[in-house]
Amino acid sequence: MIVWLLTCRCLLVLKMTCQAIIGCGFTLAESGLVSANSGFAIASSGLSKAGHLTLVWAALPLAQSESITDRRISMPSWEQWQRVLLMQDYNTRVVIFGTAMLGCAAGVVGCFTLLRKRALMGDALSHATLPGIALAFITANAMGWQERSLPWLLLGATVSGLVGVAAILAIRRLTHLKEDTALGIVLSVFFGCGIALMGVIQQMQTGHAAGLESFILGKTASMSANDAKLIAAAALIAIVICVLLFKELKLLCFDDGFAGSQGFNVLALDLVLMATVVLISIVGLQAVGLILMIALLIVPAAAARFWTEQMWEMLLIAAVLGLISGIVGAVASALFPRLPSGAMIVLTCAAFFLISMVFGTGSGVLVRTVRRMRLNRKVVRRHLLRAVFEALESEPVRTTAKGERKPKRTVSLDQILPMRSWSKPQLKRAAELAAREELITQVGEKLRFTRRGKLEAERLTREHRLWELYLITHADIAPSRVDREADRIEHVLEPDVVAELEEMLINSRQLVPESPHVIEASLSSEKAGTANASSDDVSREASP
Amino acid sequence: MATAETAAASTTPLSIYDLTVAYHRKPVIWDVEFDIPAGSLVGVVGPNGAGKSTLLKAAMDLIPRASGRVSVFGKTYRQNRQRVGYVPQREGVDWDFPVNALDVVTMGLYGKIGWCSPVRPSHRRAAMEALSRVGIAELAKRQISQLSGGQQQRTFLARALVQDADLYLMDEPFAAVDAATEKAVVEILREMKSEGKTSVVIHHDLQTVPDYFDYVILLNMRVVAHGPVAEVFTSENLNKTYGGRLTLLDEVSNAMRRRDRSL
Repeated sequence: MIVWLLTCRCLLVLKMTCQAIIGCGFTLAESGLVSANSGFAIASSGLSKAGHLTLVWAALPLAQSESITDRRISMPSWEQWQRVLLMQDYNTRVVIFGTAMLGCAAGVVGCFTLLRKRALMGDALSHATLPGIALAFITANAMGWQERSLPWLLLGATVSGLVGVAAILAIRRLTHLKEDTALGIVLSVFFGCGIALMGVIQQMQTGHAAGLESFILGKTASMSANDAKLIAAAALIAIVICVLLFKELKLLCFDDGFAGSQGFNVLALDLVLMATVVLISIVGLQAVGLILMIALLIVPAAAARFWTEQMWEMLLIAAVLGLISGIVGAVASALFPRLPSGAMIVLTCAAFFLISMVFGTGSGVLVRTVRRMRLNRKVVRRHLLRAVFEALESEPVRTTAKGERKPKRTVSLDQILPMRSWSKPQLKRAAELAAREELITQVGEKLRFTRRGKLEAERLTREHRLWELYLITHADIAPSRVDREADRIEHVLEPDVVAELEEMLINSRQLVPESPHVIEASLSSEKAGTANASSDDVSREASP
Repeated sequence: MATAETAAASTTPLSIYDLTVAYHRKPVIWDVEFDIPAGSLVGVVGPNGAGKSTLLKAAMDLIPRASGRVSVFGKTYRQNRQRVGYVPQREGVDWDFPVNALDVVTMGLYGKIGWCSPVRPSHRRAAMEALSRVGIAELAKRQISQLSGGQQQRTFLARALVQDADLYLMDEPFAAVDAATEKAVVEILREMKSEGKTSVVIHHDLQTVPDYFDYVILLNMRVVAHGPVAEVFTSENLNKTYGGRLTLLDEVSNAMRRRDRSL
C-alpha cells in the first residue's frame, strides 16, 4: 500500500512540477512577477481534471487540527497522510512547488561553488542577511507599511548579505588575516547583530514579529503562492545563468589562471556566480532558513559528485537530488507541522548524501572498496605466480625415489611460504583463487602451473625483473632493497612503459632476465621456521 | 624613425620594460627588462622563488604590476591575447575535477567560441587533433585524475596548441614528467620553432638548457643575464643567479615589509 502511495505521489509530483513550471512561465511572460495566481490556477486545474481533489484554501489545515498549547509531535492520522501525499491542499502544493524549485536551483548553483571551493561563502552570506531582514522589518513598521511584505524584507536581506561579503573581502584585503578568519568574524558578528535586532523587534508595541524567526530556521507553512512564484522565478534565473555560462563557469572553477589568460574576466565571472548564490540564498531564507540554506547549496552537489565524472551529469544529478529533497522535506514538514521545514529538507539531503557516499557509482565507498579488493586480489595472484615461478627456477630438477633426475613441475606451499610476507591461510586462499582462474592446479599441498598460468607467470616475472633492473641501473637503489621497491610500483606498469624498459635494459635474448638479487627461495631451507610478516624485511636485508 | 621603431616592435613577440611586481607589498621581481627575438625557443632559469612564474603571470596581466610595461607583438597583452598560448603549472589545478582530457583541451578554444555559445563538434575535432599531436588521442575520454603526470602535462600542452598562437608561455612543462613526455614536448617545441612560433619556457634542469633552448633568461628577482645560450649560459652567470642569496635585495624587501606591517 505504501509503495503504491509513493509511486502515486511521485507521478503526481512530476506532473504537478511540469505543469506548474509551464504555468509559471506563462504568468511571467504575460504579466510579470507580481501577477495573480494564474500560474497555480493552471497547474491546479490540470490536476483537478485528473479527478483527484478539491481545492482547499485554508492556510494551515493540519496545524489547525491541533490545539495551540499542545506541543507534542504526534503521528499524523491516515487522513492527514492521504491529504498530504495526494497533495489535496492547495497550500501543500504551493509549498512543495516552491521548495522543489529551490532545491533544484540550489543543486545546480552549488555544483559551481563546490568546485570553485567557495562553498562557505554562501554560509557567511546567508548569516549576514539577518540584520537586513530585521532592519527592513523595523523600517517598514516605522513607515507604517505592511510589515511582512516579503519583497521588502528580502531586499533588506540582499543588501546586508552583500555588505557581509564586502566585509569579508575588505578584511582579507586590508589585513593579514586569512579568508577563514574573515568568514568566521563576519558570519558570527552579522548573525549576532541580527539576533540583537530581533530582540528589539520583540519589544516593539506593534511587533507582529512572529513570522520573522521563520527566516532563521525556515517555515514553509507561511509560504504564499506569490512567495513560491518568487522562488520559482529566482530559481529559473539562476538555472538559466548557469546553463548559459556553463562553459565559462566550468573554466573558472577548473583553472582560473588560464581563464584569465584567455581574456575572460575572472572577477566578473566570480561575481556572477556569487550573484546566483545570493539570489538562491535570499529566496530560500523563508523555506529552509538562513542557517540551513548552506546545506542545500553544498549537500546535493557533494552527493552528485559520487555518481559521475562528468560535470554536466553532476549538475543534472545535483538538480534532481535537490528537487526531490525539496519535495520530501516539504511533505514531511506538512505531515509534522511542529518540525521546522528547513531541518526536514536538510535531513532528506543528508540521507541522499549518505546513500551517494556509500553506493555512488563514480567514487562511492562501496565501489572503491570493491576496486581496491580487486586490485589486492590481482596483486596477490601476481605474487603467487611469481613465487611459484621463482621456486621452480631455483630448483629446476628433482630426484625421484629411483634416483632419476626429472624436471620439477610442482611446488609445495611450505616452499613458497617464506618467500613473501604472507601467512599460510592467506597463501592458501591465494592458491584457491588462482586455481579457480585456472592458472594453477592444486593437488593437496602441491601447486602446479597450467599452460596459461605458466605463460602469465613468465610475463609477470619478466616485468618485475625489468623494473628491478631499471631501479638498480637508473635509480641507484641497493640490490637488496630492490625487490620491495619494485613490488610497490610494478602493479601499475603500463604496456608502453614495459616496452620502454625492454628497449633500455635488455641486451640478452632471454625471455625472462635473471633476477638481479638473491631470491628468497634459496634461503627457504634455513629461514623457513622464522618466516612471517615481520621477519620478511629482516630476511631481505640479511640476504647478501 | 618612430615608425621604424614600432615596426620592429610589432615583430617582437614579447618585450618587457622596467617590470616590478609585488605580492602583498613584498617585491617579487625588480626592474625586469628584456626583448625576445621572434621564432626563438627561450628558457627562463633561476632558483626557487626567483619570480619565474610571477614574470609570466605579470606578462599576461594575471597579477597587477607595481610598475612597468609589457608589449606583445607591439601591442598590449589585452589587444593581442589571441596570439598568446599559456601552459600553467600542472600543480595549479585540481586534477580531481569532473572533466575528461578532451574537455580540458577544448577549454583552449573557449576564448574563440565566445560567451554563452556551446562547444560544437568542429571544436571537439580541433581538440582531438591537438591531443593526437601530443600523442594521447586514445586517452581523450579518460577522466583527468586517471592520467599520469606526463599525460596531464601533455593535456595542458594540447590545450595551448589548439589555440594556434604565435607566442607560447609555459610554466615548467618538464616538471615531474617521464622521459618519453619530455622527449615529446621538446619535439613539439622544435616543431613550433620551425613554424616561426616563439616559446618562453620556465625550466629547472640546467643540464638540458643548451640542448633545448637557443635563448636564455637567467632570473633571480632581477634579470641576471639574457641572450643567446652560447653567450649567456656561462658558469659565471649561473653563479650570479644561483650563488648565495641576494642579501641586499632581501634586506631591503624585508625592511619594507616590516615597515608596512608596523603601519
